[in-house]
Amino acid sequence: MIELKNFSIGFGNRYLLENVSTCFNNASLSALIGRNGCGKSTLLKAISGLNDHYSGNITVDGVDIKRIPKHKLSHIIAFVNTTRPRIINLRCNEVVALGRAPHTGWMGRMSQKDKNIVFEALNSVGMDDYAERTMDSLSDGESQKIMIARAIAQDTPIIILDEPTSFLDLPTRFELANLLHNLAHTKNKIIIFSTHELDIALEMSDYIALIADKNLYCDTVSGMIESDHIQKLFKFPGEYLQKLLSAIKK
Amino acid sequence: MRRPGTLILFLLLSFLTIFLFLIDLGVGSVSIPLNEVWNAIFGGDVSIVNRQIILDIRLNKAIVALLAGAALSVSGLQMQTLFKNPLAGPYVLGISSGASLGVAVFILGIPLFGASGIDLPFGLAGAAWAGAAIILIFIGIMSQRIKDIMVILILGMMFSSGVSAIVQILQYLSHDEALKSYVIWTMGSLGEVTGRQLIVLVPAVLIGLALAIFTIKPLNLLLLGEDYAVTMGLNIKISRNLLFLSTTLLAGTVTAFCGPIGFIGMAMPHITRMITSNSDHKILIPATILTGAITLIISDIISKLLVLPINAVTALIGIPVIVIVVLRNKAITV
Repeated sequence: MIELKNFSIGFGNRYLLENVSTCFNNASLSALIGRNGCGKSTLLKAISGLNDHYSGNITVDGVDIKRIPKHKLSHIIAFVNTTRPRIINLRCNEVVALGRAPHTGWMGRMSQKDKNIVFEALNSVGMDDYAERTMDSLSDGESQKIMIARAIAQDTPIIILDEPTSFLDLPTRFELANLLHNLAHTKNKIIIFSTHELDIALEMSDYIALIADKNLYCDTVSGMIESDHIQKLFKFPGEYLQKLLSAIKK
Repeated sequence: MRRPGTLILFLLLSFLTIFLFLIDLGVGSVSIPLNEVWNAIFGGDVSIVNRQIILDIRLNKAIVALLAGAALSVSGLQMQTLFKNPLAGPYVLGISSGASLGVAVFILGIPLFGASGIDLPFGLAGAAWAGAAIILIFIGIMSQRIKDIMVILILGMMFSSGVSAIVQILQYLSHDEALKSYVIWTMGSLGEVTGRQLIVLVPAVLIGLALAIFTIKPLNLLLLGEDYAVTMGLNIKISRNLLFLSTTLLAGTVTAFCGPIGFIGMAMPHITRMITSNSDHKILIPATILTGAITLIISDIISKLLVLPINAVTALIGIPVIVIVVLRNKAITV
């Protein structure tokens, strides 16, 4: 379980989140939503251990992540951001194999078990045919899937993804969200992803975390629909939103 | 692209390195056939004069070419991956400007105060090393506080420019003779290293290369960027310091003894990526050691045949190579 206690983060005097307390349960997929610049990426980076400049605590199973050294944290949390590495000569299976780094020695030598895990990870995102392709030859969506396979290969109880569904077409977006959902439930993982796609968030995830007015509201999808947080946050496309919400309620 | 067999490739590169090393020993004002070169080294029938030419004069220089080529190229590879910049090279951190400052102060500055050049056993090289080390310590201290690697890159570049300005002032104030010996140092030379200096150069470069082996896994992780590297358990501060230390030992030592030798360090990592079609540093680092050594030995052979300064040769070889790589690949990445 990930817990945030009296958590505040921001830049200089400007707070993005102020005195927030919440938790993310095991075996669940949570979607983090909110307007541009509300602090989604900042929050995800803090949970991933990439940003220490916050007050309050983030704990994983009761242990403060600031007290966990990075090499140990890499066994607990995997992270996927929005960069797409376009590296000539770097093959997909090698990228996924990098996910095994926390489990290999100082030279990064791969055991047969590691190789099997890499293959399974590629398989789980449906990219096993791409193992030998190089990263510079992939489309945005393909590259995104490879980076997710890398996080799966890292084999951690927690995966944090920053906008994993951007760049993807509609079917692939749902396919990917479905994959994350199954992963959370079958492998008992905590998966948190940020997204601007409200339909994906509401249909595919177990929990919604919503950032508004420096606050973080967490609830189940139905709980969130019952409350008026979403309506308040997305005022403009009112009619579209109503249709979407009522469709999902049914 | 299909990858060439690793074993065959390394055998081929190693063979080429040894072959060209022997050719290098044979080439010079007196050309000595390969079999005599072989005999001079491994014991056999060879005239005393030729044996002396090879063992006392040429062997030093050939060893320097071998090590300097390997050292600069590995250092260039490390900097390109660390800064995620295909145009980075061994000198991005300001190592060569630090070294030039040391040398400028030594050659140009000391006479300005009326003293004649101090005669130290490692005079020039020592001054260059001290200059490079000062820059590294500065960069090292700064990097403890700075998170963004690009800021470090910019700092290194600004520092280099600042140092160049100081060197220019020293040049402006200096006498013709001191100015000429400074300019000649900047042209680079593999032949100035004495046997005594070799005792320092060889272990320093070998330690730098040994440290480079420990940078293999960090460099591979850094390919995806620092955020990924850190969440995969990389200790970024230790890795950076290790890279800085390794690069300073490699590039700093070579620059101290041979002057700033350009283009090898920037070009050879690209060539190596191309011929191995790989970006795994487990392959790239050893392959770059060999391609770097080969190229500087070839440059040395050419510079001896045409009697040119080594830096002009490496530039004339390096530039077309980079142009070809850029045009062939359409894109150039780290």
